[in-house]
Amino acid sequence: MLDRRFISSFDGWFVVVLLSILSLGVLSIYTVTYAVSSKSHLPIYAKQMIWISLGLIVFFIAASIDYHEIARWSLFLYAGCVILLVMVLLVGRTGMGAQRWLSLGFFDVQPSEWIKLFVILVLARYFSTRTRLQGLSLKELIVPGLWVAVPLLLVLKQPDLGTALVLLFIFTVLVFLIGLRSRTVGFSILISLMAFPFVWEIFWNALKPYQRNRLIAFTNPALDPMGRGYHALQSKIAIGSGGWFGKGLFGGTQSQLNFLPEGHTDFIFAVFAEEWGFVGVFLLLILYFLLIGWGIDVASKAKDLLGVFMAAGIVSVLVFYLAVNIGMTLGVAPVVGIPLPLMSYGGNSILTTMAGLGLLLNIKMRRFMLFY
Amino acid sequence: MDLYTSSDNPQEIQGRLGYLMIGIVVIFLSLLLRAWYLQITKGSYYKEQSESNRIRVVYIQPPRGLIFDRRGELLANNSPSFNLYLVLEDIADKNALLDRLAGLIQLDRDELERKIRSRKNFVPYMPVRIKEGLSLKEVGMIESHRLDLAGTLLAPEPQRNYLYGPLAAHLLGYVGEISPAQLQTPENSGVLPGTSVGQNGIEKTYDAHIRGRVGQKIIEVDAVGHEMKVLRVQEPASGNDLYLTIDLKVQKAAEEALGKDAGTIVAIDPRNGEILAMVSRPAFDPNQLSQSLSSAEWEALSSDPGHPLTNRATQGQYPPGSTFKLVVSSAALETKEVTPEEEINCTGGMLFGRRIYKDWKRGGHGLMDLHSAIVQSCDVFFYEVGRRVGIERLADFAFRYGLGRPTGIELTSEKSGNIPTPQWKNRAKGEPWYPGETLSVSIGQGFVTVTPVQMASLMATVAMAGDRYQPHLIKAIRDRATGRLFEFPPVRIGKVQMAGETFNLIRQALSGVVSEPHGTGSAARSKMVSIGGKTGTAQVVGIQPGVETKSLPKEFQDHAWFIAFAPVENPQIAVAVLIENGGHGGETAAPPAKRVIEEYLKNVGPEIHQQL
Repeated sequence: MLDRRFISSFDGWFVVVLLSILSLGVLSIYTVTYAVSSKSHLPIYAKQMIWISLGLIVFFIAASIDYHEIARWSLFLYAGCVILLVMVLLVGRTGMGAQRWLSLGFFDVQPSEWIKLFVILVLARYFSTRTRLQGLSLKELIVPGLWVAVPLLLVLKQPDLGTALVLLFIFTVLVFLIGLRSRTVGFSILISLMAFPFVWEIFWNALKPYQRNRLIAFTNPALDPMGRGYHALQSKIAIGSGGWFGKGLFGGTQSQLNFLPEGHTDFIFAVFAEEWGFVGVFLLLILYFLLIGWGIDVASKAKDLLGVFMAAGIVSVLVFYLAVNIGMTLGVAPVVGIPLPLMSYGGNSILTTMAGLGLLLNIKMRRFMLFY
Repeated sequence: MDLYTSSDNPQEIQGRLGYLMIGIVVIFLSLLLRAWYLQITKGSYYKEQSESNRIRVVYIQPPRGLIFDRRGELLANNSPSFNLYLVLEDIADKNALLDRLAGLIQLDRDELERKIRSRKNFVPYMPVRIKEGLSLKEVGMIESHRLDLAGTLLAPEPQRNYLYGPLAAHLLGYVGEISPAQLQTPENSGVLPGTSVGQNGIEKTYDAHIRGRVGQKIIEVDAVGHEMKVLRVQEPASGNDLYLTIDLKVQKAAEEALGKDAGTIVAIDPRNGEILAMVSRPAFDPNQLSQSLSSAEWEALSSDPGHPLTNRATQGQYPPGSTFKLVVSSAALETKEVTPEEEINCTGGMLFGRRIYKDWKRGGHGLMDLHSAIVQSCDVFFYEVGRRVGIERLADFAFRYGLGRPTGIELTSEKSGNIPTPQWKNRAKGEPWYPGETLSVSIGQGFVTVTPVQMASLMATVAMAGDRYQPHLIKAIRDRATGRLFEFPPVRIGKVQMAGETFNLIRQALSGVVSEPHGTGSAARSKMVSIGGKTGTAQVVGIQPGVETKSLPKEFQDHAWFIAFAPVENPQIAVAVLIENGGHGGETAAPPAKRVIEEYLKNVGPEIHQQL
């Protein structure tokens, strides 16, 4: 499996970019959590390093098994994960107002993090056989639509707004790539408009009060600075006060003094921006842009449609996460509680992101392969 | 089924990736632009915001200056005390916090809510004091639950401590948190909310000298308001020390002499106007008032029928009764309406108009000259003399002695008393002056009222043959920073221009009041020192002199006066004693005066300027 091509496809600069982002993440986690004493547990940054190590293993596994082989198993993976999502709703662990985790003792599995990958796999597999020059018909949208709708409703029930939105985003991007017949576009718009009130009703009702408040707070954070808009406001203060060159490592008063909540998870970008300033933000965004660009490159050079769709799906998840997470810390997106890929603390996020990147490498290094 | 056929051609699809890439570039540029806007365009604004998040100024209350008596005996100091504050901005759930606090220490919830509400729109992050003087047990409870009590602040602060409780309470006053109204006044400009300031007495008058300067501690706090680091400290500066003119021993004697009766004693040094003692009863404990009282406690104090908060020495206005005969005598001798030798026959009453003005002594005193009229306090003699002098000239001499005006002693809300004139009556009542009213004034009744401190000052003036000194309470202020002592010299405010012989005659008569067989003030006779004085029995209700009021309820009984000076040959102290509803001045008011005089003269000794 590990042949010469694998090695040659393994671009040096990609490794540098990936490890740079991961290191900056660990460093940021360290600066906000080093003071947190945990006698019985490992420090958080050390746990993150373990997750990264495991993530690298997952990365190599995902890169090694031919993605066609993985696609063959995609339905089973998808079905298994949907079952887990159902179990989450029945026996899941509740944290921060949502029921998202299944406890395995040593590790809390968050199936909603994993379902994105499997939805990408099943959609890529389906669409790769249904692609014609004239685009998709309305009928052909029903099956993939259901594949998205089932997990979407399940995660909305938790409720996990971020994952629900990313599933919709994946679907939209892939459909955009494949193209729709003009009639289909017209019908879709019509149906969407008619269905909107009902969908909105279901969507809004599924949200917990805190999530609704966050959406309200997003529209006007100054309304209640100590309440609903607190996260958004403190995050903006943290980032803004970083100025050109930041306050230096451990110098971020907003994060060090806990004005910034969730500094090592969802709001890690704000921690980084406060410490490193605009210069750091600029460099970090370039690193991420290089990573995304590499993913687009993989998609555009993929040998077959399955590879294109898988790569495009993975890239869109990354883009969505980056845009929404960073946008939320910058106060231009609502606080929906999704992690910053590769930097936020969390095993599920690290493992799924590394798996996705592994799949991208997988597609890249098999672009010259002949079929067996 | 093999899904992947070689006919599958991705080029068409891959062409569309360009659009996706454009979308991605747009997203990244937007994020970068937004970061530019926050960090560069509005960087300094957010920098300020983050600074105001983390930096707090904690004010450190300075210890107030100490208060000593004239000999350097400590009267008021400060004891360490723990006060509990709330920083409203740091409290996530106010009710939950108050519940938790109430479980740990004693709190009055209603009172608390009121305090918090009244501070709602004040300086942000300014702690609101919710309880003072916590016990050690309470401090322990709060400290051990500190982590659950985000938003509370326990500050060790100096608490005013009056060593002798109610002793000289009205004179010393008390301290309390500055009120919103007080903050607006010019003399309190620069005083921070929450500061303890003098609320009464000399604590109030000399507040600017003794309150000291508030210190500042600039600290870094975390999101729940816990202090993380001290950035800068400016230590508070202690207030300056006050040395009062009062003499602790004399004050104590006066307090004891007055006992439980409602009334007042003022002792003054006639040679310089220094107040040696000042008592007012009923009193209060300034220690209690210096802690924050609940509105119920405050209500109880201020609506007490005994008016314990009133300083009767400067705010009580009483008819002077026969003590006013000093003024009438002065006027009569100076206007030559009477000579020292002239005798007037007292038959127990005087017909004037259609009314008989009675003497207090049924049957009368017989032939009286000025001396014996003062000694025996004959009313008829003074009715006649007063009639001759007339109200205008009586009032003139009263004003010369400083009556009818506040003395200017350093205590707030001093009353002026009232010296009636026809003009005054026309203005105040819209009625003409009736000649009979002059007769009432001649024995210190009717519309004439005085304050005890005015009478003490009058007595001192007579003792000093007309030299008037400003009554005052402060002997010196010691600057804490330099250690220097600034002494307050006596202020001579004028001289009552009268013949020396007039004063001699009056003083001889006053001496006779105490020493002669028929003197009304014989109860003040001392083996130790020669005392001169004048009794007074001031009517509370409008009944004729001579009516026995002893059978009446307490509140209708006469006020007892005694004003005195000693030694007669070389006056060093003047005293005014007033006992509300005390009956005859000679019986109830003279003994306390004697006790105060003896105590003072017995102990004349080294004073602060000799010690320091």
